[in-house]
Amino acid sequence: MVEITDLHKSFGSNVVLDGVSMHVAEAENMVVFGRSGTGKSVLLKCMIRLMEPDSGNIKIEDKDVLKMDIKELNEIRKDIGFLFQGAALYDSMTVRENLEFPLIRNFDLDRKEIDTRVHFVLEAVSLLEAIDKMPSELSGGMRKRIGLARSIITKPKLMLYDEPTTGLDPITAKEISVLIIDLQHQLKMTSIVVTHDLLCAKIIADRAIVLDGGKIVKEGSINDLTTSNDPLLKNFFSDEIIETNGSVK
Amino acid sequence: MHKKLNNFLTSGKLFNRTEKRLTEFFTMLGGLTSFSVRFFKEVFLPPYEVEQIRKHMIELGMKTLPIVGVTGFIIGLVIAMQLSPVLKRFGAEAFLPGSVGISIVRELGPVICALIFAGRVSSGIGAELGSMRVTEQIDAMEVSGVNPFRYLVVTRIFATTFILPILTVYVIFISLIGAYIAVVLVQNMTWAYYIDRVIFAVEFGDAIPGVTKTFIFGFIVGLVGCYKGYTTENGTEGVGRASTSAVVVSSLLILIFDMFLVKLSLWIWPVVK
Repeated sequence: MVEITDLHKSFGSNVVLDGVSMHVAEAENMVVFGRSGTGKSVLLKCMIRLMEPDSGNIKIEDKDVLKMDIKELNEIRKDIGFLFQGAALYDSMTVRENLEFPLIRNFDLDRKEIDTRVHFVLEAVSLLEAIDKMPSELSGGMRKRIGLARSIITKPKLMLYDEPTTGLDPITAKEISVLIIDLQHQLKMTSIVVTHDLLCAKIIADRAIVLDGGKIVKEGSINDLTTSNDPLLKNFFSDEIIETNGSVK
Repeated sequence: MHKKLNNFLTSGKLFNRTEKRLTEFFTMLGGLTSFSVRFFKEVFLPPYEVEQIRKHMIELGMKTLPIVGVTGFIIGLVIAMQLSPVLKRFGAEAFLPGSVGISIVRELGPVICALIFAGRVSSGIGAELGSMRVTEQIDAMEVSGVNPFRYLVVTRIFATTFILPILTVYVIFISLIGAYIAVVLVQNMTWAYYIDRVIFAVEFGDAIPGVTKTFIFGFIVGLVGCYKGYTTENGTEGVGRASTSAVVVSSLLILIFDMFLVKLSLWIWPVVK
């Protein structure tokens, strides 16, 4: 489904992605871990060309994303959903208008079909009652749910999640994670999830990779990563802090 | 103090700062140029966002209507009050309606209206698009296959370009009412006679360039506001900066362009025949 080869991206002298290569199979849930500033979000944004990588290859469904013109890119974007870190709901539109926006702009659907889809996604995220609210009237968790509903309303084949549980309390974070996996099972989507949240990853991930210094330093199941003796992974997944000299705090 | 200033001048900091400011200025100039080129490339391509343009024209027009009205009224009143004793000194009081009319129609109405419009609208657009940029709403639009430049930028620039001339005509009318009130205070003159004197004095060559240049001012207000907002960086701090600098840059550009447009209009429609 997604094939990334030798991806490089720098901002001035700051190398963010330094030869990242990865493969995500169809209907697989891949989680990308990494410390802040290791290029996880940049990796997602390069996949959908919100950012242009310096070099490398990105193929989605065997189509070379980096060689596409804007028309082809917009076509493939219709099959990709993206949940932004802050949900990115359009402030000037109601929840209903937010959800209808990608449908009205990209698909030739009649009013009945649009209404059916809006109601379906709102029921899926259990927020039907918020249909006529403005984003400013919603809590952080509700905004994330509506953002998720907007991402899946076009029935995408690939979902990209940029830190879906960041800034939420543990219960809401768990609910969102469960919701993601439920929707994934319902809609049979391929998912790539960037997160720091171990619980979220445990719920969602079929496989995970760890990014550090712009490179993939570890790949495997969540169990493999959490039980690894690698100091970086121990620091990431355990309560202990391991110093560079090997001593444990 | 003198030593500190000397150290500052010789340390190269002044040069570095000037260099930085100049780089920023030319980067912005280049950005505005490429932004306007992109606007003209995209404005003629479908889909035409007629509904968005209509919405922005009504919203921006209604938002500015009261403030430009009040300003126009006061400007008209003050100009007439200022001119009245001066003209009296030369025994030319009878020319008061005409001279007030010409100064309002040719220069004060369009420029004051454009400057108020810039303060109200350019900063608003800068802040709105800036916050959309930092909260990733523009990215979300792009991801959903919508061209955000056409949807957000082209529609706003189009709206400001065509709403400002309408507001200017309104401001000119309100200013003339304000001026009439000042005239009535010093002279016994009916509204019909006053308007007749204004129409007699104001020629086609006064009205057309006055209103026509506001299309360009409107374009500048929309362009600068959209550019500053669309290219916002550094989170909420950047939004504040975009909003403030949109007003400063658009006001400055209005005055600079006015200088050239006045020269151009005097060349096309000379006042003295």
